[in-house]
Amino acid sequence: MNDGILSFLLDATNWQPGNNDGFVNRTIEHLGYSATALVIAFVVAFPLGLLIGHTNRGAFLAINLGNAGRALPTLGVVMLVLAIVGVGLTPVTVALVVLAIPPILTTTYAGMRAVSGATVDAARGVGMKEWQIVFQVELPNAWPIVFGGLRNAALQVVSTATLAAYVGLGGLGRYLFDGLALRDYPRVVAGAIVLAVLAVVVDLVFSLVQRLVVSPGVDGRASRGPRRGSNAPAALTASEDVPDVADDAPTPGGVGMDKAPRKSL
Amino acid sequence: MEFFSDVRTYLEINHETVLESLVQHIWLALLPVAISFVLALPLGWAVVRYGWLKHPILTLSSVIYTIPSLALFLALPAIIGTSILDPLNVVIALTLYSLALLVRTTADGLASVDQQVVEAATAMGYKPARRWFTVELPLALPVIMAGLRITTVANVSMVTVSALIGIQSLGQLFTRGFQLGFYAPPIVIGLVLSVLLALLADSIIVLVQRLVTPWARVGGAR
Amino acid sequence: MIEFDDVTKQYPDGTVAVGNLSLTIPTGAITVFVGPSGCGKTTSLRMINRMIDPTSGTIRIDGKDVTAQDPALLRRSIGYVIQHAGLFPHRTVVDNVATVPVLTGLSRKEARKRAYELLERVGLTTGMADRYPVQLSGGQQQRVGVARALAADPPVMLMDEPFSAVDPVVRDSLQQEFLRLQGELGKTIVMVTHDIDEAIKLGDNVAVFAEGGRLAQLAGPEDLLANPADDFVAGFVGRDRGFRGLSFAASADLPVEPVDTEVEGLRLAVDDAGRPTGWTGHGRALPTEGSWSAGDSLRAVTDLAILSPAGAAVRVDADGRADGLVRHATVAEFVRVRQLERLSGTDG
Repeated sequence: MNDGILSFLLDATNWQPGNNDGFVNRTIEHLGYSATALVIAFVVAFPLGLLIGHTNRGAFLAINLGNAGRALPTLGVVMLVLAIVGVGLTPVTVALVVLAIPPILTTTYAGMRAVSGATVDAARGVGMKEWQIVFQVELPNAWPIVFGGLRNAALQVVSTATLAAYVGLGGLGRYLFDGLALRDYPRVVAGAIVLAVLAVVVDLVFSLVQRLVVSPGVDGRASRGPRRGSNAPAALTASEDVPDVADDAPTPGGVGMDKAPRKSL
Repeated sequence: MEFFSDVRTYLEINHETVLESLVQHIWLALLPVAISFVLALPLGWAVVRYGWLKHPILTLSSVIYTIPSLALFLALPAIIGTSILDPLNVVIALTLYSLALLVRTTADGLASVDQQVVEAATAMGYKPARRWFTVELPLALPVIMAGLRITTVANVSMVTVSALIGIQSLGQLFTRGFQLGFYAPPIVIGLVLSVLLALLADSIIVLVQRLVTPWARVGGAR
Repeated sequence: MIEFDDVTKQYPDGTVAVGNLSLTIPTGAITVFVGPSGCGKTTSLRMINRMIDPTSGTIRIDGKDVTAQDPALLRRSIGYVIQHAGLFPHRTVVDNVATVPVLTGLSRKEARKRAYELLERVGLTTGMADRYPVQLSGGQQQRVGVARALAADPPVMLMDEPFSAVDPVVRDSLQQEFLRLQGELGKTIVMVTHDIDEAIKLGDNVAVFAEGGRLAQLAGPEDLLANPADDFVAGFVGRDRGFRGLSFAASADLPVEPVDTEVEGLRLAVDDAGRPTGWTGHGRALPTEGSWSAGDSLRAVTDLAILSPAGAAVRVDADGRADGLVRHATVAEFVRVRQLERLSGTDG
């Protein structure tokens, strides 16, 4: 069977951009569904998360949505949305948006709340207006956690977009469900491999963007890398204490019930 | 409400299948949690003990976690030679996901133990192995249990995906609803049972956690 | 000048954090709010820059009611330093310091230029400017916090426990530098601390707060030690207040004896330049344990007299040459007369 998978994966016709049922076209479709849903979910959930995080009003919404989002099976949610809204591209997109909102909202909220009270107090104390506190202080420090949510939402959406094919649309799910129906296992496994690679690549892209967006001062890079200006004496006075540089930075978005990644489809 | 009578009717006709699916669902979801918990302890210990292991193991964990479950269910047979309909694929895939998460939480938990306490234990004459089991591990439990809760809830939800490839679980109620032309009753039954199962499993872990870590409840601790 | 006029802060649950506080804080001096935790000192401080608004009463800075101004604009004109510094973790040291100038509309380049100057002023090298706060020690962070507060050259600075999060050695050096800096800048500073020793060391005026936000006493540090207003203040000021009060007494008028006086069978030995090297006598050579000069406090002189094997403290001139001796007994008599005069003066 493995030879079949390899020859399917290496078959040049499967990689021609013009081929409707080729990997290139299916990947573009797949990314199209995913990106649309992710952008809509972001536009809805991110500002709401900022607002709830900054004011701490409506926190129960953010927390409960996150918990419910983790316990609800993705497949069931998608099927229920389709049963209510109907079948087609729009219902599938709605279902994906519904899945992507909780992780984005919850982590944006959690990221904002995780910013040290002293930092926010200082921002207010030096005379920042509320919107300046949100965008110049809270958000830049919340990014590591917020990105955890964005990456998680992206992964869920990319994984779940597979279901578009289950209800007759395109995307990489076509290889899985067509292959299962035809008992063409090389096709199934080849599709699964391309899907897995796509997921890893999407995550990688997000992690690169995260590196560009997040300040080295908050994600631990600053305490790890070679110190700039470390040749200079620490201070003019003697007896200055030495900073304790943690060997490993804390893992932002690590484990904590409110920030933990959610795994789905 | 017509909907509720539809639900009742569906259950009257299919209660045996639903029950079977539920039992199978519990196995498929919880067996991987148990296996990965046992495996995560030595791995987490190794990650904390040998610093150089940390980066490769945690990177591998996050890559595994990135792979869509459906893709892994379907790709595993090609790697380990099982049949595509074998529930073993689901157990192995979910064990990998659970392990990926639990190794991280176990390492985090062990690393979070106050070094002064460990040193005090050493000073009192504990040997390393006994100290680990009676001091470090118990103190790391709150964090490890938090990871266990997430894993358990995630697994209960993820097992449903295997219905897409024809493996029995509560997920089959979703595919059944689809086959009946997006008929809502089985979908809702599946959702409710799955969420209740997740909540029940979560509550049991919380109860166990309270019993084994009584110190975490008093004072300001979570 | 900052005036509190019958200011009260009551929380919705009924707790009175500050009760009917009236107080005047002079311009160009350091006023320290000190008291046990929960006494309303921090609340009082935070009402000055409207981090908290009072329930009733008014606070005026140079005659202007603070509530008449937009809070954010008001705060930009008041320096603010907090415990643990509260630096922005995502910004480099220089950008932290440049925060307020940028907020007030200065170009980033100009603001950074000013920030570099300030970093040097608070004793940090420019090599640190591009680091992030996590890369600094607690003491260094606190210096950056002070530089950030000074960046817009505000006439008023509020400091909430600025030195309490660092170890005693670093705290001492930060305090010394703070006094040096204030000597150059002459800001109106309001500082909160729970440490009475810090209050006495740094404050030109010390306001002692009691529970419930009551002002128990406002006085200069020397006066506070010598004449506590009530038992609460006396208790809070603590033991040894008589001895500690000697910190504020000048030693200039102490009568000294010639350097070659024999004291308890010991004689001071000096080197060729006249600098004291030790005490000799009874067939032994003993150390002097240090010396004092005319500018030192009575406390320093007393301490040296106690430490000295001869029971006499050695005075030196500007070149380090021994030029006099003072015995315990002389210091004790001097202090007695001084205290007698002061208490008679208070009564009559």
